[in-house]
Amino acid sequence: MTRKVPINVRVNGTKYERMVEPRRLLSDFLREDLGLTGTHMGCEHGVCGACTILLDGDSIRSCLCLAIQADNAELTTVEGLGDIEALNPLQQKFREHHALQCGFCTSGMLMTVTDMLSKNTSLTDEEIREGLSGNLCRCTGYQHIVDAVRDAAKQAGDVSS
Amino acid sequence: MKPPIFDYVKVSTVEEATAILADSSKEAVVIAGGQSLLPMLNFRLAAPEILVDISGIEALKSLIERDNVVTIGAMTRHVDLGSSPIIARHFPVITKAVTHIAHLAIRNRGTIGGSLCHADPAAELPMMALLLNAELMVAGGKGPRTIAAKDFFQSALETDIQEGELLVSVSLPLLPPNTGWGFEEVSRKSGDFALAAVSAILVVNDGEISEARIAVAGVDETPRRMNGAEAMLRGKMLDDDHLTAVCETIQSEINPETDLQASSNYRRHLIGVLTARVLKDAFAGAGGIFE
Ligand SMILES: Cc1cc2nc3c(=O)[nH]c(=O)nc-3n(C[C@H](O)[C@H](O)[C@H](O)COP(=O)(O)OP(=O)(O)OC[C@H]3O[C@@H](n4cnc5c(N)ncnc54)[C@H](O)[C@@H]3O)c2cc1C
Ligand code: FES
Ligand code: FES
Repeated sequence: MTRKVPINVRVNGTKYERMVEPRRLLSDFLREDLGLTGTHMGCEHGVCGACTILLDGDSIRSCLCLAIQADNAELTTVEGLGDIEALNPLQQKFREHHALQCGFCTSGMLMTVTDMLSKNTSLTDEEIREGLSGNLCRCTGYQHIVDAVRDAAKQAGDVSS
Repeated sequence: MKPPIFDYVKVSTVEEATAILADSSKEAVVIAGGQSLLPMLNFRLAAPEILVDISGIEALKSLIERDNVVTIGAMTRHVDLGSSPIIARHFPVITKAVTHIAHLAIRNRGTIGGSLCHADPAAELPMMALLLNAELMVAGGKGPRTIAAKDFFQSALETDIQEGELLVSVSLPLLPPNTGWGFEEVSRKSGDFALAAVSAILVVNDGEISEARIAVAGVDETPRRMNGAEAMLRGKMLDDDHLTAVCETIQSEINPETDLQASSNYRRHLIGVLTARVLKDAFAGAGGIFE
């Protein structure tokens, strides 16, 4: 076995120092080493989007990043958005529009949309669909997710303008 | 699945990277954005002994215009290429092409160097390198050398990069005035690899095409320039009959495969339709009047 090496990360504002094998995927690091199981794993090769998180503000696939590559980075996972008592505005819109059924894809959807809306809040439906195209949902048929994102974008745009 | 065991070194200079790559006692593999390599590691299609992470080499992240050449560092991410004003001004065809590469989360990490070295036959940036007569600067191995894009892509996932070599940057000569461009792609779903993609550059002077370049992806072992069709266009105007003849020539020169995504015939059909659109766009963009 290769030796473990220390890494430092800040996840949702909390600092962690842990020993990892170089081959440890960031997704497994979050779920198994830090117990942050809100980040889901579907395909482990970049296709389904379930594992999407933010690294230094950019959305990334946590299954296509090694934990060691995230040394000294600032990470945000779905646990950093809001909680059951206090959903953040995007999560609230997902609830209002019934944008989830089983919820498996939801954390990846939320992180993808968080990155999208941080760049642009005046999105056409086509741009919303294009932005969601890297996140697979087997339940909803996407329409309610598009509705939630449109509404969240409008609210974010109203707030910032 | 999970990656096999390997060691990991993050380097901060090109010299450090090439020194590790030159040490033949251990199989070292470069990791840039990891967006093609990590899927291969997760599937255990690759089993390097050491990963050399080049993402900390600041010198590989520059994108500059000097003496009529735009030079793009190998670690330039797809997202940076897509938002670069220099690229948008001189090579809007690249700005368009980048929108077809995967999804935002993958464009946030994937790099031009990684895409060229991975050399997927359906990838957009290798096709852009061919279309734009790119020169690829390589360090390490037997010393720095420059490789023309047309000599770089050898077959699917095979390039002219030799053991111990690192791609450092990609240089694109600026295009002449009166240049128009076109880019079209069909994929199963937005962000998927192309079933077929076509791009073109036309230069039009006095109503006539003085320079023509057409590149295709997804329909052969490597991305390809369509030299026969380009020769048919040079010195000509563009009208319906000629356009049909050019499209048919291209359709007869490619060797698309049948796979789970699409049949060979369907890909050949797509190339015909897309080439006609791309050439019309490029001709109009260069000021030509289609008859
Ligand atoms: C779901 C999904 C969809 C995708 N869709 C598309 C698509 O539609 N179009 C498309 O073009 N791409 C697509 N990609 C691939 C993506 O563009 C990758 O970013 C790109 O192919 C590789 O870039 P990278 O920086 O991630 O390279 P890495 O994965 O780090 O490396 C790829 C290969 O190149 C080598 N390498 C990297 N940099 C250098 C260098 N400077 N010198 C020498 N060797 C080097 C590595 O050793 C490795 O063998 C997709 C990927 C995924 C996961
Ligand atoms: S688990 Fe990462 S994209 Fe599917
Ligand atoms: S809600 Fe079940 S996969 Fe999307």
